[in-house]
This record gives sequence, C-alpha cells and structure tokens, in this order.
Amino acid sequence: MDHFPTSWGRPRNDAIDAYGTYPIAQRPYNGPKDAFSEGVQHTQQPIVTGTSVLAIKFKDGVMMAADNLASYGSLARFKDVQRLYPVGTHTVIGAGGDMSDFQYIQSMLDELMIDEFCAQDGHTLGPAEIHEYLAQVMYARRSKMNPLWNALLVGGVKDGKSFLAFVDLLGTTYTASTLATGYGAHIAQPLLRSAVETHEHELTEAQARQIIDDSMKVLFYRDARSINKYQVATITAAGSSISDSITLETTWDFAEGIRGYGAQTE
Amino acid sequence: MTSIGTGYDLSASTYSPDGRIFQVEYANKAVENSGTAIGIKCKDGVVLAVEKLIHSKLLVPGANRRIQTVDRHIGLATAGLLADGRHISNRAREEASNHRDFYHAPPTLKALADRLGLYVQAYTLYSSVRPFGISTILAGVDKSGPSLYVVEPSGVFYGYNGAAVGKGRQLAKTELEKLKLAELSTREAVFEAARIIYLVHDDAKEKDFELEMSWIGDETKGLHVPVPKDLLDEADAKAKAALETFE
Amino acid sequence: MFRNTYDSDNTVFSPQGRLHQVEYALEAVKQGSAAVGLRSKTHSILLALKRSTGELASYQQKMFRIDDHIGIAIAGLTSDARVLSNFMRQQAMSSKMVFNRPVPVNRLVSTVADKAQVNTQEYGRRPYGVGFLVIGQDQSGPHLYEFSPSGNSYEYYAMSIGARSQSAKTYLEKHYESFADCNLEDLIRHGLHALRETLQQDKELNINNTSIGIVGPASEHENGVPPTGPFRILEGEKIDAFLGTMIAKETEAPAAAPAATGDEDVQMAE
Repeated sequence: MDHFPTSWGRPRNDAIDAYGTYPIAQRPYNGPKDAFSEGVQHTQQPIVTGTSVLAIKFKDGVMMAADNLASYGSLARFKDVQRLYPVGTHTVIGAGGDMSDFQYIQSMLDELMIDEFCAQDGHTLGPAEIHEYLAQVMYARRSKMNPLWNALLVGGVKDGKSFLAFVDLLGTTYTASTLATGYGAHIAQPLLRSAVETHEHELTEAQARQIIDDSMKVLFYRDARSINKYQVATITAAGSSISDSITLETTWDFAEGIRGYGAQTE
Repeated sequence: MTSIGTGYDLSASTYSPDGRIFQVEYANKAVENSGTAIGIKCKDGVVLAVEKLIHSKLLVPGANRRIQTVDRHIGLATAGLLADGRHISNRAREEASNHRDFYHAPPTLKALADRLGLYVQAYTLYSSVRPFGISTILAGVDKSGPSLYVVEPSGVFYGYNGAAVGKGRQLAKTELEKLKLAELSTREAVFEAARIIYLVHDDAKEKDFELEMSWIGDETKGLHVPVPKDLLDEADAKAKAALETFE
Repeated sequence: MFRNTYDSDNTVFSPQGRLHQVEYALEAVKQGSAAVGLRSKTHSILLALKRSTGELASYQQKMFRIDDHIGIAIAGLTSDARVLSNFMRQQAMSSKMVFNRPVPVNRLVSTVADKAQVNTQEYGRRPYGVGFLVIGQDQSGPHLYEFSPSGNSYEYYAMSIGARSQSAKTYLEKHYESFADCNLEDLIRHGLHALRETLQQDKELNINNTSIGIVGPASEHENGVPPTGPFRILEGEKIDAFLGTMIAKETEAPAAAPAATGDEDVQMAE
C-alpha cells in the first residue's frame, strides 16, 4: 500500500490528474501496470557520426575507403577514427553513421570470429556470410525499434569470388559493383559508376585506387562532414590490407574567383 | 574398496563418515581409464599432446579431435569422458567470451581456470548432477607469458610447468620432471611431448593410438592451433625411433 | 531389482568410473534394426533395414532428411530420433537464415552430441535411446559420422549401428580401404553386402525392407537428381536395380557371428 498519508484519497496519476489540480507532487503509481507502462526510449538519432564509405570492385577484388573523421553534430570532434575494420582474412567492413554503434558491431563480429576460430574445422566465414549475419542483426534491431544507426559496406574475396554489398540500420540490403553510403551515395556514386561499371574485370588495382582517390577528393570538397584524411582497404585473394591514413593535397585558390554569392558583389 | 555397499557413495551430496565424497573419487576413476594427455610450458610457449586411443580402424585419422580451442590464445585438452570434455570446452568458450565482453580484453589463463574451477566444483555439490568425469589441462599464452593449469573433477585447479593426466600420468610426470622446461623452445617441446606420449602408451594392454598435438607460441603468433602436419609427422617419427632405442 | 547398486540413476558413477545408465542406453541402440554408412571420395551413403510388426503394418521409417545436404539413419527409439532430428533441422535452418550457409556437417553432429551429453549428467533425465549415422556434404567433401547417446560423435570411413551390426562392421573393416575410390554403384553394393550380414538366417534384403540414403551426384539408376547431389532416400521399386547388383553369398559362408548378447563388452567409450 501507499504509506504516504498525503496521497491518500487523491487521484494518483496523470490519467486522472493531468493538469496538476492538486498542489502536491505526483506520487508513484502503485496500481496494476500494463505492458507499456515502463515505456523505454530507444535511439532516435546518431550522436558521434562518420560520413561516407566508398567501395568498388576491380579485377582482383574489392577496394574500400572511408575518412578518419567522427563528427559530433557539425563539430569535427575526432580526427583519428578508423572506419574500416577487417573481419577475418577475407573481409573488410566500412561504416558510416553512429560510431559507438559501429564499435559495438566490431566487438560482436570479433566474438563471432573467435567462435569460428575455435571450431578449427576448416570452415570459415566469408564476406557473404558476414553480410548475411549483419543484415539479420540490423533487421532484428530495427524490428525492436532500437536500430544500430549505421550504413555498412561489406567487401571481400573468398573462393575466387569477390563480394560487395550494403546493409543499413533498417536491414535494407543490396549489392552492386560500386557502392557508397551517406553523402557519398549522392556525390561519389555517379562518379564511381561511370568509372567502374562494365570495367569491373579489367580495372587494375592502381586504376581502382585512382578512382577511389579522385572520389574521396571530390567528397572532401563537397561534404561538410568530411576530412582530408582517409584510409583505403584492399581485399584480394591474397587477403586484406588497410592502408595508413592518407592526407589529401587540396587547393582552395579557386575560391578567390567565385562570384555570385557571399561578400562579392560582381 | 571400503566405499562400496556403504550407501555413502551414491551421491555427490553425501559425505562418508570420514569426510570423503566418493562420487568425486569415482569420477577420478573415469579420468584414470582414459588416454594420457600432457601439457608442457616452456620458454616461449606451451604445447598440448594427447594419446588418442583408436577404438576402430574405421575412424578417419585426424578427424575426431580431443584438443579444443577456447579462445585465440587458449587451448584445452581433457582426459576422461569425451562428451564431458566437449561440455567443459563449450563452457570455457562462454567464460572467455563473457570476459571479453565485460573487460574488453582477452582473458588471462588464470582467470579462465578460476571460472572453470568454480563451474566444475558446482557439480560436486548436488545429488541432481554427477561430477565431471574429466581432468582438464588448460594451456595458453597471455599478457604474463605462457601458462598451464589443470582443473580436476573436484574443481580444484593448480598451475604447472609440466602437467599430465589420464592413464599414463605417473610415467609422464617422471619424464616431464627430467626436462629443463625453462630452457626448452616450443618447437623442442613438441618433440619431447611426442616422445613422452609414445613412451607412456602401453602397447601390450592398449588399443592403437593416434598422436594429437597443438601449440601456442611465437611461431603461431600467439594463436592456439594444431601442430602443422609436417612437424607432427616429424615428431611422430622421431618419437617412434626414440622408443626403440629406449627399449 | 537392479542389476547393481550404481545403475539406477544417470547421475551416479560406479566405483570404476562408469555410467551404467549410459551403457544401457547404448543397449537400446542395439535393439534397433541395423543401419550401415559408407563414404567414398564423392559420395556418402546410408543403408538401413526396416522392420515391420506384421503383414498389416507398414515398415518403420529408418531415415530422415535434415537438410538438402544432410540425412540420417537411426537405430533405437524412433520417437527419440524424431525429437533429435527435429532439433537438427532447426540447427540447419538457423545456419541458413543467419549466415546463408548450409550448416557444416561436423558442427551439426557435435551440437546434437552436446545436447545428448546433458542427459548423461543431470538427474531426472534419461540418456537418449537412439544412435544415428549422419551423412552429409559440405565444403570439405562428403562425410559420415556416428552419433551415440553417450554424447560422443566420431567421423568414420564406414560404420554400422543397431542389431547385429558387429557382423556388418566385420565386413566393412575387411573392405573399407577400397571404398574411397568406389563409384556410387559399387559403394551401394558394398553397403548392401554389409547390411545383409545383419540379417537373421532365413531373411533377405528386398525392396520393402531396405532403405538407401545418398548424398552426391546421381547414380545411373536414378532420375531427376539435381547436379548438386542433395540427400535423397530411395525406397521401394527405386532400389530394385541396386539389389540386383548384389553378389550372392557363398552358401558355405560361415553364419554371421551371433549378435552380442552379453553385457561384459558394453562400455561407454571414453
């Protein structure tokens, strides 16, 4: 029972006393509860975020790139974040969106790969299996109205087949020979498509790298949540490697000549 | 045996008048009937080796493993009931995974042995379960270097430099004591382990056996993996040869 | 009432460290009719002897499909087998759903063995009374496993379980080295010969009492098998052609070794 005499004989909750008719604070409700009474609020927005990830297929495998920035709103908060993560020897994933959720995904995959390692029976998870697993996790979380707020690219090579696919916070999946998440899906994807499509089996690693570098540069000029420091992952039959951070040489001279907005009048 | 027929030996939850728990002692009997397993801690790594008794020539060689991997850097070999060994290794994997979740760091071997000891001990408390019919050798290389533990059916665990469980443990221990473990490289320990397994195998009494070995060390980049085929074969051949000169 | 003090309960070790209840469960497997499994480089096969309670009854099912790439033959309590095969199907589906990968055969067998182990350690349960031969194919080729109520599982080149399986085992041990390079037809013939050893004196294999399970590419006697060679069970008229390939036993052949009746040799494998 409620042992506070002050609340005896008074309506006890919002449903009855919605406008605070009584001059005392609301008492805890002690009556029966329904299943929704302890409403929980889940993630409604990402907090510390990464921007685009780009990936393309080339002759020997898959190349992926993401910059090193994690933004806090529009603040460039962390400038040394790696957004590409190797999973086993055949696969790399890249993430845009909430970075803490991405770190959680990393530890989840790490545990999964340890389980696989422990079996030591010659069966290993390749990029296709890891993508399917992530898709199931992402969809299960969105169905609980508690998504992991990311857009992920999964790329890799196993048994002579290269694989590249996308999955996001809704559990949506698709695959293509060029993929980009976030702002890159608007700005870089058309560039990637025109450079890569129909040439997937001819592009050399050097050519692929050139395409990636060009696109990352365009993204840096256009995307206000990007930084001119990024890493490139290359996955071939020989395994995966992730480069050290590369700093883009950029020039802003052209800004002088821009006319038509801002302070310039002619 | 004084225990039989007294009624004090029918449950793990019953003490005998002189303070013994016979069910745990019987569980040790299951261990003693099993093929020998040994572990060697050396200068830069650890080696596990088991004498896998072959009950049928129809078995696929190398397929039915008795050494399990618990985490990247930890392996486990059991002597006793094989199915219990799989139960304990599954539990060990869970403990290792929980440790990683909770501390965001790989478990030390001591931490794992501690948790497994508690788990095994719980099965000596109640009449509703039987104790584990296995002794478990845990081997690993963690931040404090190589280490080796043995968890017994009672739940007690000790650290060792060289460990042996199962049928041939007495002879194996005698052999292990002769080794200068602190000066041994992991590669050398592989050969010693193979030799000891061959030595303790009782040809006259026993079925055929297969040598199974795993190791962790610099050569494996700190991972627990089976000893590679060529090295295993070499150790196997050398052990056989050594046995002939021994006799 | 009990044969000894230590055999009424699966949570009790005997002074020798044995588990009598588990050993008795292994006896239940021996009550079931025989099943034989063999493996070549390209195929795994199962053969089983079906029993019927009489003219008016059908023959008891001995084989179950678990997934496209896995099937089992059983010996022992059929109802336990149905429960366990249901469990195995769930595991197989879960692997397909979560990873889009057919479950590796060894992992499936280990999982069901781990499930059976629990029933050898906890009060108020009994060990399962059924043994399986499991065949399947995965990335590492065709496989054959035995699962037993003790919670053990082993991979074999060839194996037999059930009543009088020792006779079949003797046949398999004599011939197993040739199995690896056999074509499917020869492999099945070996299987039928092994299975024949388990028959009682006046009985023979026929299209009603024999089941054949296969994974691997189609035989010349089969139609409409997809090129992946999924698990299929052949029964009735479909096995007529295979039965026809059998070579008659020499009449002078010594009668099959009598089925083990004593209990002395019953032991839970370590």
